[in-house]
Amino acid sequence: MRKADIIVAVLLTALGLLVLNAAVRLGFRWGPDGPQSGFFPFWLSVILVVHGVAVVVRAIRRRTDKPFVTPEQMRSVLTVAVPAAAMVLVTQFFGLYLAAALYLAFYVRWVGKHSWVTALALALCVPIATFVIFERWFLVPLPKGPVEAWLGY
Amino acid sequence: MGFENILTGFQVAITPFNLLMAVVGITLGTIIGVLPGLGGANGVAILLPLTFRMPPTSAIILLTSLYWGALFGGAITSVLFNIPGEPWSVATTFDGYPLARQGKGAQALTAAFTSSFVGALFATLLITFFAPLLADVALHFGPPEFFAIQALTFSSFVGLGGGDPVKSFISIVIGLLLAAVGLDIVTGQLRLTFGLTPLMSGFDFIVAVIGLFGIGEILLSVEEGLKFEGVRTKMNPKVVFETWKTISRYWRTFLRSCVIGFWMGFKPGGATPASFMSYAFAKRASAHPERFGKGELEGVVAPETAAHAAGVAAMLPMITLGIPGSPTAAVMFGGLIIWGLQPGPMLFKEQPDFVWGLIASMYTGNIIGVIMVLAFVPLFAAILRMPFAILTPFITVICAIGAYAVHNNMIDIWYMIIFGVIGYIFKKLDYPLAPLVLALVLGDFAENALRQSLIMSQGSLLIFFRRPIAAVISAVAVFFLLLPAISLWRRKRQLARAAATSGNEMGVALPGEGATAEQGTTEAR
Repeated sequence: MRKADIIVAVLLTALGLLVLNAAVRLGFRWGPDGPQSGFFPFWLSVILVVHGVAVVVRAIRRRTDKPFVTPEQMRSVLTVAVPAAAMVLVTQFFGLYLAAALYLAFYVRWVGKHSWVTALALALCVPIATFVIFERWFLVPLPKGPVEAWLGY
Repeated sequence: MGFENILTGFQVAITPFNLLMAVVGITLGTIIGVLPGLGGANGVAILLPLTFRMPPTSAIILLTSLYWGALFGGAITSVLFNIPGEPWSVATTFDGYPLARQGKGAQALTAAFTSSFVGALFATLLITFFAPLLADVALHFGPPEFFAIQALTFSSFVGLGGGDPVKSFISIVIGLLLAAVGLDIVTGQLRLTFGLTPLMSGFDFIVAVIGLFGIGEILLSVEEGLKFEGVRTKMNPKVVFETWKTISRYWRTFLRSCVIGFWMGFKPGGATPASFMSYAFAKRASAHPERFGKGELEGVVAPETAAHAAGVAAMLPMITLGIPGSPTAAVMFGGLIIWGLQPGPMLFKEQPDFVWGLIASMYTGNIIGVIMVLAFVPLFAAILRMPFAILTPFITVICAIGAYAVHNNMIDIWYMIIFGVIGYIFKKLDYPLAPLVLALVLGDFAENALRQSLIMSQGSLLIFFRRPIAAVISAVAVFFLLLPAISLWRRKRQLARAAATSGNEMGVALPGEGATAEQGTTEAR
């Protein structure tokens, strides 16, 4: 936990410095018509850097520690996070409907160890229901790919 | 005068379409409140794109009803599954779950729903009377007053949020910085884009909410290896009426919790402390404090009443001052802007139908809500019995659709995943997410108010202390910012005194996590 705390705080401090630099280049003083664009970000990043350093110092001084994640916890988090990211990647190229179908089928079948019937039923029904609700009823277009183009959408 | 207004409001709220919206909102909201990873804030965020083409009044009725539903749904999971859906239902689990284990789930749920209803009704009544008055006052506010209120909003998260003050401050700053990315509307300059084209349009708070609260919450709950082992319960009218008879004896608790809830809820981030405070007060005032925690109905009544009163009260600053008091209110605040309304005191002058329709719908929505949840509890509870491996991908897909639909932009789904991971890490490291979201929503407003104030004063920060109303609000804001440092100093002094008198180490250990140097943070700027 301590290590993670320090890493995140250092990253945040670095972010603060990055913004600080950008704000200085934008101009953080008084312009011809009031505060310049960098004024607000400048002071925010100053606060961020000060507090980031404070968190680091505090974490270093702290004695007690417990791990940020145990290996098992990490594994279960990754079984959710990795397929989700993969779904977004598939969405990028093949549209949301196909991505959702593949993702649901994969997750329900391999992670959840449910039957093929359940997996396929969900993989079919959820995208179709989504299509009807979003594209038809609420006229909200969702990302589409070659499959939808082939079907004429 | 206010009476005619609320009548107009009811005429708006009880049109068939708006009543339908309330029913749909309550149903979806309760489902969302029951599902892990979907709470009020991101439920509203996901549905927001669907309301873009609706009349604003129907849209806000749908979204507020969704919020009431989510509050009711939170009570179901707290009582039957011992899983608080939201931080303010934690106190409900103390007695709700033991009751359910003893086979009194129906009583506990009836008590929880009724308390929620009473709390909401009380807060709505107060809003009906106070909102127009407060809006009248706020009409005279200029940029310095608005900035002072915004500063107060943020500083109350630091001082009263109950979390780590240093990390709360960091969360706020990150939210404000994310809001600053993209086009600076005052000077027309691009800023903080670091030459990256996708950053030019900035970060949308809806996407951030869906990622932080939706995906982040899912990651957290799988990590904890949550198993939903709920207690089954049956509702029937007899139990409901008997419970009503029992809890009517607790009218003092109801009243006290209503007041605590409203008072705390009016301030940002107040619902959670309100529920705990109300529970503690009820326990202290009770003739049988030892029964608390083992299944006392009063222990369900107190936090639920306060949490709902607070949840409703959070709407008051949003419609009168343009300051959302909770993440959910923040999302609605964003919705108002998207629908072309300007949140704040002018709403009462320019959009009376909208405001009064909204207030009237708080009555109708909560009445519909309490009836629906009482009638359909088993159905809603059944949702949580669905296998987690089906719920997880389903919720993820819904979140992705919600994130995309905001701007029809693919990059937003990526942002959602990134915000999800950030939310997971932040939550684990005690960086509070609610102030981050509020800061992201209010960022541009806060910055503009600050800049306009400084232009008015030729760059002097004293403007926040020269004008009477601004001065009072600023003073309170500064006090809240200093509060963690003050309480730390007092605790240290007490400890020193205790050590001096007793001569040896007392059992009270110094909290290692306490705020250290807060001084550097509160410099007036």
